[in-house]
Amino acid sequence: MNTVTLTVKKVPELYLECENVNPDVFAGKTADKIAKLPGYQGKEISTLGEYFTIAGEAGATAAETKIIINGDCSKMKYLGAKMTAGEVVINSACDMYTGSWMKGGKLVVNGDVHSFCGLAMAGGEFTINGNAGNYLGAAYRGDWRGMSGGVLRVKGNAGSDVATFMTGGEMIIEGDVDIHIGTHMEGGKIIVKGNANRRVGGQLVKGEIYIFGKINVMMPGFKPAGEVALEVDGTKAKFVEYLGDLGERHPKKKGETVYGKLFLKQ
Amino acid sequence: MSEYLIKNGHVFDPVQGIKGDKKDIGVKDGKIVDKVSSSAKVIDASGKTVMAGALDIHAHVAGPKVNAGRWYRPEDKHFDSHKKPGITRIEGGKSIPTVFKTGYEYARMGFTFVMEAAMPPLYARHVHEEIHDTPIIDEAALPVFGNNWFILEYLKNQEIENTAAYVAWVMRQTKGYGIKVVNPGGTEAWAWGLNCLTIHDPVPYFEITPAEIMTGLMAANEYLGLPHSMHVHQNDLGNPGNYKVTLDSLKLAEGVKPNNKFGREQVMHSTHLQFHSYKGENWGNFESGAKEVMDYVNKQKNITIDTGNVTLDETTTMTADGPFEHHLHGLNHLKWINVDVELETAAGVVPYIYDPDIKVCAIQWAIGLELALYAKDPMRCFITTDHPNAGPFTRYPRVYAWLMSKKYRDERLNTFKHADKVISATNLSGMDREITLYELAQMTRAGPARALGLMKDYGGLKAGMNADIAIYNINPDKFPSDGAAIEKAFANVACLLKDGKICVDEGKIVDVGKKHTFWVDAKVKENKQVKHDIKEKFLRYYSLTENNYSVPESYAPHQHIISVDATQ
Amino acid sequence: MPKDVTDVICPFCGTLCDDLVVTVSDDNKTILGVKNACAIGAEKFNHQRLPGRVTRPRMRQADGSFKEITYDEAIDWTAKMLVKSRKTLMYGWASTSCQAMSIGHEIAEKVGAIVDNCATVCHGSSLIAIEDVGVPSCTLGEVKNRADRVIFWGCNPAHAHPRHMSRYSIFPRGFFTVKGHKGRKIYCVDCRYTDTAKCADEFIQVQQGYDYELLNAFRTAARGEVLPDTVGGVPKEKIYEIAEDLKQGRFIIIFFGMGLTHSMGRNHNIDIAINLTRDLNDFTKCAIMAMRGHWNVTGSGQVLGWQYGFPFAVDLSRRDQARHQTGETTSVDLLNRSEVEACFYIATDPGAHFPVDAMISSSKKPTVTIDPHIQCTTEISDIHIPVAMVGVEVGGCAYRMDNVPIETRKVVDPPEGMLTDEELLTKINHRVDELLLAGGA
Repeated sequence: MNTVTLTVKKVPELYLECENVNPDVFAGKTADKIAKLPGYQGKEISTLGEYFTIAGEAGATAAETKIIINGDCSKMKYLGAKMTAGEVVINSACDMYTGSWMKGGKLVVNGDVHSFCGLAMAGGEFTINGNAGNYLGAAYRGDWRGMSGGVLRVKGNAGSDVATFMTGGEMIIEGDVDIHIGTHMEGGKIIVKGNANRRVGGQLVKGEIYIFGKINVMMPGFKPAGEVALEVDGTKAKFVEYLGDLGERHPKKKGETVYGKLFLKQ
Repeated sequence: MSEYLIKNGHVFDPVQGIKGDKKDIGVKDGKIVDKVSSSAKVIDASGKTVMAGALDIHAHVAGPKVNAGRWYRPEDKHFDSHKKPGITRIEGGKSIPTVFKTGYEYARMGFTFVMEAAMPPLYARHVHEEIHDTPIIDEAALPVFGNNWFILEYLKNQEIENTAAYVAWVMRQTKGYGIKVVNPGGTEAWAWGLNCLTIHDPVPYFEITPAEIMTGLMAANEYLGLPHSMHVHQNDLGNPGNYKVTLDSLKLAEGVKPNNKFGREQVMHSTHLQFHSYKGENWGNFESGAKEVMDYVNKQKNITIDTGNVTLDETTTMTADGPFEHHLHGLNHLKWINVDVELETAAGVVPYIYDPDIKVCAIQWAIGLELALYAKDPMRCFITTDHPNAGPFTRYPRVYAWLMSKKYRDERLNTFKHADKVISATNLSGMDREITLYELAQMTRAGPARALGLMKDYGGLKAGMNADIAIYNINPDKFPSDGAAIEKAFANVACLLKDGKICVDEGKIVDVGKKHTFWVDAKVKENKQVKHDIKEKFLRYYSLTENNYSVPESYAPHQHIISVDATQ
Repeated sequence: MPKDVTDVICPFCGTLCDDLVVTVSDDNKTILGVKNACAIGAEKFNHQRLPGRVTRPRMRQADGSFKEITYDEAIDWTAKMLVKSRKTLMYGWASTSCQAMSIGHEIAEKVGAIVDNCATVCHGSSLIAIEDVGVPSCTLGEVKNRADRVIFWGCNPAHAHPRHMSRYSIFPRGFFTVKGHKGRKIYCVDCRYTDTAKCADEFIQVQQGYDYELLNAFRTAARGEVLPDTVGGVPKEKIYEIAEDLKQGRFIIIFFGMGLTHSMGRNHNIDIAINLTRDLNDFTKCAIMAMRGHWNVTGSGQVLGWQYGFPFAVDLSRRDQARHQTGETTSVDLLNRSEVEACFYIATDPGAHFPVDAMISSSKKPTVTIDPHIQCTTEISDIHIPVAMVGVEVGGCAYRMDNVPIETRKVVDPPEGMLTDEELLTKINHRVDELLLAGGA
């Protein structure tokens, strides 16, 4: 695997749209060629070379390409978005759409991310070693197809509207989450190791949500269905199982209604 | 204005019966002429196909439900919104393009006239605002009448003259083109959450049946002598076994004679017939009823149809058939918009994915193609996708390729996940017919032009007709054997002339032309009863005043008014 | 002789009453009286003749005072600002005509701007919800003719849409509602007892911030499932009782306002209310409608819809594509994050409505405000360009809260020499063309 190292040399005045910073675009390109790729601030089209020092060379394919980004990326959008393979390590906080529409590969952010990250993620591994903003792993506006695959892990806290319209994959938030998690969820698994504020699993059709800490206000559309002993992301514990959202439609399988499930750690 | 001479092209013109002969076409002052001066610019069309501009007889391209479908689906365009080369605006949207993209894409495919298929009269101003902003193509819109309270009340008592007078008034207020009927009676029933699934189901409160509504509106249409016939979307759309309701509806035209000065021969245009040609009792034993329906259509000369071909895409369905959209939402659970329009109609919108891996979708696809392939008279069968219901209009080139190449459609048919089941539920695999370029010109040019009452100016290349001319990179002597090549050629004209101006050059928009909005002004005898009823209904039941109902002149700056006189 | 102009459209709120009668002086210059309008609507017309109205553009001087400049100077300054800025916010549009918006969008596409309208701080959350789950709705005449159950949830038309209740929702007698008010059951759900609640047959007091939970409870009750004893302060018996009564209705309409759009969860509150509406359609007929505020904010969403496919917050800054993401391309977020370099405000007053941080950010950028009157935003702008009042001094298309378009009427002439929005924007557009042709500002 070849490594390309990007070091921020100029912080953008507005916000730089970096949709060209991912292994798929870099694949097969030398540092010189990568430096000439466009970056956008509104109507101004500049180059990546203007904002980054670029060292190394990409592999022949995305899968053979690793990108390391150093320096302040907090005003950069779309880093690692739409990547299908390879590896990206960002040693900074970054802005919106980081790892969104990701289909494969590995993305690690050693810092916080802003909103709309991991949007409609379909595959790969995305790890945020900081906090995440709102709409983490949610669907793009209007879409009923949110996160559908892969593993998204946040070491810190996440904001509101996490995993809206999730249909598959796994999301682990090791800290706390704000309101509206798993809204309209129709598959997949969410694990929150800290506390959840309110409106957990509102309009939940199908899928599983595990909360290790407290829920401030429980949704009225959930009813308890007994206790279960489970091992969840390495933790063995007793959980109270709830079925819901009873106000929402649910599919039937072999004549039985399939509910969404919420597990609250004892 | 400049003169052009289109030289050496293979011309296909059903109006003059030209079937691919090499012929030069002259253009002067926006019209086709026999002779041009020596200063005429020459367009070399050798090795290319020359046809009149195409007409779309039924598409949802402007108005409240189209726009609701646009803006409530940001996901339909998030990464599909671009500015292309040429003098264009940003073009967005896959299943429901923005107005700019709509105009450009139709032009790129060689279309010069599009009929907006359903205009709620109360929202006519909205429809015309969008038509105004749609570049290049000429357009008209059909106001919907099949669930209108005035119509229901007049026809309950068989008052054809009053019905006609009211229709004429609405067309003048709304700048409308003809009489559209959607799920007659069923949409009014939907205002109470109900429906009319056969042509004899009574409409709640109004005590009239869909059959009586259609019969009455057909009579009013011929009483007025409108350029187009009654244009109907029948009851029971989209349900297994509905071909019987379809045949019942089509039979209402028996014995009705066309009355008009435009050369129109039909009294009923039955639209998106694919959705109405289903056999079987449920989705499990669902099968094609195309043969049964087309056997009837082929022998009943006063009917025209359009196909409503399923294109196997993710799209957005939208119709004034309110109860159908509610039903569809119940099946796929995708986001549902509904708008009930006071005294007049309703509309619904639901996204839909025609997944080739789903048996029913593949059968629907086959039914649409079968309808066109069974058609004995291509002058009475028109190709549509009921845009965007069965698929976006931008897929016309692919539909043409399926119809023109057995190999291409068989490749598709045989690679369906449930190919065996699809083949046994349809007749398509046994059909060898390939639509010819001449037949295509009938189905997309001369035919729809005649059915719309526009054959004087549209659909042909005879001297005196509009210089709306599409030149395709297709050499009929070396017709592509590859379906993808056919598609490519029809998707991007080599050249499109609209009113004698080059608007598209090798797929690039170079001129936005001067689009016209068509509407029909029908003169009727003064009718005090209808005037009184209008005044009364606005005072008591409408939510706006009669004086704020009409479409101002400024909304259609380049209007083309067709006048008819029904006072004699 | 003074004359009456009839069927006048009121350019105040989304109710868009179209039955006003305005008496004007013989010379078409002065409004002498307004009939049929509510107090706020009448005031809008009376504003026209207030003394001290600014009639020429003003430019801010170094000392903070304003100096009168010509329209040409103002147009040149504005065009140069737009051409120079890499990313401009073009916000407002809710109080102008659709025809003017169209020209504005053409400019935005050329100069690379974000077009956003007042929904961004109003019913934007409703639009997000509709993007997510659709909306079963109807026109206001349907309500008048058919509705026998009317729910006002988090809205107070008695104050915000004063003639709504008499024209459409509570009192009118319609085709199937011959008994008028007596034939309708009116519910009001709010966290406080409003003047609208006073008109209701039943007032349900929901604990602030519990609308989502209460709507969830109604959906759960409608499906006959179990409920906790109280939800948002409402006992479960009441919830079951109302759910049952709604199922018995023939035509239900839910009107909602800022109480849902601007309380915790915002779009989710609307989303679940829409889903309750959808559920009730399995039993009877039910529709839901946003009580849109500004008289033509709906129109801005429509024009943006047919031109770009998004209802607000349309990012054209790259000039070759249109994008939309509430939370990113919305005005307040753009200002708070200082993502734009210049501000162009038209037909609105963000200074009166935006959070203070956003306006502090705005005040540091080159700013042009186009508005008939002096207001909060004009006072922090570099240039204020006065224009004719749309719906009073010039006509143009507007969309009612139920998306019904109505062409507004001109009733009097604007002050001598004053441009309309359409005229002004056309001139700015031409100047932008000239500058772009010459290679920038």
